[in-house]
Amino acid sequence: MLDCGLDMTSTLNFLPLPLVQSPRLSNLPGWSLKDGNAFLDKELKECSGHVFVDSVPEFCLPETELIDLSTVDVILISNYHCMMALPYITEHTGFTGTVYATEPTVQIGRLLMEELVNFIERVPKAQSASLWKNKDIQRLLPSPLKDAVEVSTWRRCYTMQEVNSALSKIQLVGYSQKIELFGAVQVTPLSSGYALGSSNWIIQSHYEKVSYVSGSSLLTTHPQPMDQASLKNSDVLVLTGLTQIPTANPDGMVGEFCSNLALTVRNGGNVLVPCYPSGVIYDLLECLYQYIDSAGLSNIPFYFISPVANSSLEFSQIFAEWLCHNKQTKVYLPEPPFPHAELIQTNKLKHYPSLHGDFSSDFRQPCVVFTGHPSLRFGDVVHFMELWGKSSLNTVIFTEPDFSYLEALAPYQPLAMKCIYCPIDTRLNFIQVSKLLKEVQPLHVVCPEQYTQPPPAQSHRMDLMIDCQPPAMSYRRAEVLALPFKRRYEKIEIMPELADSLVPMEIKPGISLATVSAVLHTKDNKHVLQPPPRPTQPTGGKKRKRASDDIPDCKVLKPLLSGSIPVEQFVQALEKHGFSDVKVEDTAKGHIVLLQEAETLIQIEEDSTHIICDNDEMLRVRLRDLVLKFLQKF
Amino acid sequence: MGRGVTGLAPACLRASQLELFSPGAPGWPFGDFHALPGRRLCGRPLQIRQVARPGAGPEAAEGRGAGLSSLIMDPECSQLLPALCSVLADPRQPVTDDTCLEKLLDWFKTITEAGSSLLLLQENPCLLGLLCHVLKPQDLSPRVLAFSLRLAGMLAAQEDCFQYLQQGELLPRLFGEAGPLGGAAWTAPSVRSGWIQGLRSLAHHPSALCFLADCGAVDTIFSLQGDSSLFVASAAGQLLVHVLGLSLQGPAEGHPGLQTGDWPVCAQKIVSHIEESLRSAATPQITQALNVLTTTFGHCHNPWTQVLWVRLSPLVARLLEKDPVPAAHSLVDLLLSVARSPVLSSSSCGLWETLAQTLSHLSPTQAGPLALGILKLQECPQALRAQAFAVLLQPLTCVLEATAQAPGLLDSWDGTGGASVTVDTLLASKAACVGLLCRTLAHLELLQPLPQRPSPWPQAPLLGATVTILRLCSGSATPTSDAGGHLCAFLVGCVRVQRAALDFLGTLSRGTGPRELVTQVFAVLLEYLTSPDSSPTVLKKAFQATFRWLQSSPETPGCSDLDPHAQLFLRELLPVLPKRLCSPCWEVRDSGLEFLTQMIGRWGGQAGFRRALLASEVPELTEQLLRDPESYVRASAVAAMGQLSSQGLRVTPASPEHPGGQQKSLLAELLHILSTDSEGFPRRAVMHVFTQWLRDGHADVAADTERFVARVLQVASQDLDWEVRAQGLELALVFLEQTLGRPSSHCPYAVTPPVAAPPGPLAQALRPLCRVQLFEFAFRALFDCDRPVAQKSCDLLLFLRAQTASYSGPQGSGSVPEVASVEAALQRWQAGDQGQPLGYLEPEVVVAVLRSMDLEGLRGALAESSDRVEKSPQSLLQDMLATVGALGEDEADCY
Repeated sequence: MLDCGLDMTSTLNFLPLPLVQSPRLSNLPGWSLKDGNAFLDKELKECSGHVFVDSVPEFCLPETELIDLSTVDVILISNYHCMMALPYITEHTGFTGTVYATEPTVQIGRLLMEELVNFIERVPKAQSASLWKNKDIQRLLPSPLKDAVEVSTWRRCYTMQEVNSALSKIQLVGYSQKIELFGAVQVTPLSSGYALGSSNWIIQSHYEKVSYVSGSSLLTTHPQPMDQASLKNSDVLVLTGLTQIPTANPDGMVGEFCSNLALTVRNGGNVLVPCYPSGVIYDLLECLYQYIDSAGLSNIPFYFISPVANSSLEFSQIFAEWLCHNKQTKVYLPEPPFPHAELIQTNKLKHYPSLHGDFSSDFRQPCVVFTGHPSLRFGDVVHFMELWGKSSLNTVIFTEPDFSYLEALAPYQPLAMKCIYCPIDTRLNFIQVSKLLKEVQPLHVVCPEQYTQPPPAQSHRMDLMIDCQPPAMSYRRAEVLALPFKRRYEKIEIMPELADSLVPMEIKPGISLATVSAVLHTKDNKHVLQPPPRPTQPTGGKKRKRASDDIPDCKVLKPLLSGSIPVEQFVQALEKHGFSDVKVEDTAKGHIVLLQEAETLIQIEEDSTHIICDNDEMLRVRLRDLVLKFLQKF
Repeated sequence: MGRGVTGLAPACLRASQLELFSPGAPGWPFGDFHALPGRRLCGRPLQIRQVARPGAGPEAAEGRGAGLSSLIMDPECSQLLPALCSVLADPRQPVTDDTCLEKLLDWFKTITEAGSSLLLLQENPCLLGLLCHVLKPQDLSPRVLAFSLRLAGMLAAQEDCFQYLQQGELLPRLFGEAGPLGGAAWTAPSVRSGWIQGLRSLAHHPSALCFLADCGAVDTIFSLQGDSSLFVASAAGQLLVHVLGLSLQGPAEGHPGLQTGDWPVCAQKIVSHIEESLRSAATPQITQALNVLTTTFGHCHNPWTQVLWVRLSPLVARLLEKDPVPAAHSLVDLLLSVARSPVLSSSSCGLWETLAQTLSHLSPTQAGPLALGILKLQECPQALRAQAFAVLLQPLTCVLEATAQAPGLLDSWDGTGGASVTVDTLLASKAACVGLLCRTLAHLELLQPLPQRPSPWPQAPLLGATVTILRLCSGSATPTSDAGGHLCAFLVGCVRVQRAALDFLGTLSRGTGPRELVTQVFAVLLEYLTSPDSSPTVLKKAFQATFRWLQSSPETPGCSDLDPHAQLFLRELLPVLPKRLCSPCWEVRDSGLEFLTQMIGRWGGQAGFRRALLASEVPELTEQLLRDPESYVRASAVAAMGQLSSQGLRVTPASPEHPGGQQKSLLAELLHILSTDSEGFPRRAVMHVFTQWLRDGHADVAADTERFVARVLQVASQDLDWEVRAQGLELALVFLEQTLGRPSSHCPYAVTPPVAAPPGPLAQALRPLCRVQLFEFAFRALFDCDRPVAQKSCDLLLFLRAQTASYSGPQGSGSVPEVASVEAALQRWQAGDQGQPLGYLEPEVVVAVLRSMDLEGLRGALAESSDRVEKSPQSLLQDMLATVGALGEDEADCY
């Protein structure tokens, strides 16, 4: 199984979970059907024309109908964003396999899960809504609730115990490490350049190679650069995880982010940046480190609030081997690879596990706050939205591309604060994909259907789709696709003692043949040719054979034949041996020599010769010997 | 001036000298140079002539007769030259510096242009020795061999010297097959280049032509046209043109009807070679022939060029029958060169037909430069101009059609029917599409301001097409056809096309357009100024185009303010500007500030603009950028703040960092920058602002001008950047003008005739200058180690002295000792000891010191280049000898 991401957009249908009681949210009116029926008013609340579920947010799990996840042997994880559904799979499906991921992926994935669990668990909500999920009722609801798919499979967040259990099933791997999977294939993670420890995977047998490219970046950010060279010569390249906002250039967005931040703060406003605790935030802090002095923002405090803020900032500094070259060099100086260490040291950046405690006493405005969750449905961000939403001096800047910012803001309407959308998605865009595919030249590309056509809203943008030759094979949800290659060869090892016994004969310059008589031993998809057992010696004693010696007896070896039969000469030979009524017919595959009198057929084809005669063994043997005269034996 | 033979004494003198050093004579220094007295060279008897050089005149000839050699080469150089020739001839002492040899050749060129080369050779036999020596088989460096070839050619440019060298068969041995031509040294491109340049210098007289023919040089030049070294190949082509011109100078001149069959052999040979090349199937050969013809018709406008064109034009036209047209770029160059030639364009030799044919045969990319060239011609048939303009417009027509817009007037220009070819080119690949559009836009940009541009100029469709291209580039256009979709895919995010389109859009601001199109222009400009994806260079171009369009907006009648539409645009633009001023990219901040400065300079006094600007955060942000970490941005911020302050647009907000704090005056802030900024650009900007403020009577300056000037001059005098000090002198001059009155002449430094001025008021007028210590600043600058500063100061003091010429104050009355001490101090300053200040000077003392100084002499000395000593030929020779340790005094250094 390739990745197991969690669709968290389902949470946008729920009301935010405030850290402290919010009169505004508590007093939202219940929603009733057009006919005035108000039986759902406890579950559904209305806010500025949008309807939300008033319950603990729930998540949309990976597809479970199509495949029995207990039969999955291995899960390969590309990056920490693509493992958020892992506890649901490992703990609730009977999964007994192994999960492979790099160390930073696991560590930062753990932080993301921990933060998620913490955000949800610290504001327990007694109410659990389920009535609205009834299919008959759901039909009556307004969009987007009406159009939500598989709502019955939506689940509450997992627990920390489940997280720990799930993570314990992960086996850590390093870049370029070759991992044998049951002898059938070898998998290798490669740097994908997107995030700390993010990987693309090579899945290869001896004669076939499939590349799985997911969440990759060619931009120069903090992670190790993408390893493109190893993706070459792939039979199939499965491509996914491209940028979600192909029209937004990350550089331009960072510029926009900085400018808007500076303008807000200069006017005395606060800036709220809903974000994940790892990833783009490192790059943003680095940009700000260079920018704040030039923008005269040296005295403005930057706050990073997350239950895992401290761990995230510290982890980033210790994964030196997973960082880009420049940052790796710093480690040897020795200096911290990321400049946020200096921001912390100089008190320009302060981090807190939550709003409670030290933060309350240190809090100074105007300021910039980085906090989660980007969906604006849970986490400390909910509090800041409630706190700052009423003033037009303040700004919320969206940098994470995973959620529609308009939908995220819907339960906060009416909102006075400014909203800026600067999605920073460093993953491959279509131009970069084109270049990558030209460089890597896979025989076939397989990708989601969405990548093979322009976005519906911009149907004229032919540049926003994959353009490659041959055209990419696309797949859609729940579609089963046969990859366009067949396994035709297997590699077989030969034991040294058997190899020693071979006597090659050169049949052409540079080509030698040898007959091999051996036993093919197959175990764990490994094939080994072993020396044949010695002919059974007459047992002198009465000892019984042991079970392990019970290898089938070897028959007397017949010589191997090679060569082709020249038909004309063969006919002459037949005539010489007394067959007078020989007829030759050409067929698509060879010839048929017909001995009319003897009612016998000799079928001569490229790779076979059949003598078909009617119960005349003598004749058959004669003819066979004649045939054999034209062939080489060894 | 024509060539002539001078006789009389000088010629006699040289003849006797020649006899003295004639080959075989006792004075002849080299035994292997055999004299062949009375030998006829190329059928001409050996004559010793004095050939006057162009521009030399009879006086010059006389001068030479009275010992010119000593004038053109001083004895010191003559003494050093033999040693240098020995060094050059010695393979064990390689000359590693090419520039020395180049300088040496420059020097010889000066000498030979001013006087007789023959005399030079005779007075410096070592030169001839060197030329003979390089012919010996030895391991001589290619540099020296190339130098010798060039020197020989230079000397042989004068016919008498040529004949002299011919006597010993030196020239055939240098330039013929026996010379380096067949040897190993020929593999060095520098030797081949030297050979060509030598011949290029040599070929200046009819004898040279015979020589070229005799030694088979022309064939070698033909082969060198395809040389692997581009420099050699290009020089060979130019030499061919030169030889052709030289050979036709005599006979064909003035006889346009003359057939090429009657031309000299050499010319015929070259023409045949060109014909052969034009018939060739190999593109490089065709290119060579076309390039030779292009240079010929470009440089020579004699009647024989018409004969040549008549003969060759059918071959050129035949190139158009091939598909693809070979050497298209060279063909375009040739045709344009012919069309520009006054001799050829006026004749009826089918040129216009060929041009029309070429336009329709070439691909859109190749035809563009030809179309532009045709449209730039002063005289050209109207039909051809229309065809050319249609070719230029074709890509834009395709863009409009691909986006389902009516091409408007553009299609009325389209008479070529080449639309499908253009569409094919545009849609062939991204590179082809981008290249064609960029070239088209650049060509139209060049064409737009020309008086001979096509009329009517399709301003509106061009605006429409440019706006569409910009929208395709930003992804905001919605093409409806497949072609439009492909164009969009090619152009989205293409910075090259964006830059070209914005440049052209700016140029189009010179014309008018329908209101709705102008609205679209402003909309697309705003889109670019707002878009986070605009690259810094694109943004800069967008700012420039915006300013030009705002400038061209009609002003509101009566109040010279921006028109309502432009004001509306400005209201949308001003909120964008703060974001740009806060950009993390310094180039963007800088462009924003430059744009702002331009805007304030143009509309700072107008109410609508002032209101909009003051309502925005721009003034406050600009002030914060005075402390930007990037020096360019600080400099731009200084300029912008200077403008804001001059226009009374500086606001005094309470910043978050200094809430309620007392705001520092801008004057103090700028003085702080001038005193402390570590980079030169902001300091220079401050000086410019201060000078402008002083000139305009800025309120902060007018409050206490003397104090202001004194403070600025004091800081500027200590600045390490000479441009700051020079700008200080500019400021001093403005103050001086304001104090003493503006000079009557246009040139501020012109020495005006003394104006009668009463002594009393002048002394009084000088007193403020003394109080601000302007003289101390100017005197210090006079001895500045940077020449421009010293020159400027000298001019200023000369101006001042002229102003005070009429001053007849109490000279010498008790002030003599003070004058002497000032003069002594100035002498110390000149010697480099500028520690001691002059202190306050009385006007009388200043006047006396000014009068006693040789300012004119100083100005003369400053006008000479500072390396005049080092640049002397003697210094060059000494340097070259010193490099190889040939000078006795440097021998010890070898150890």
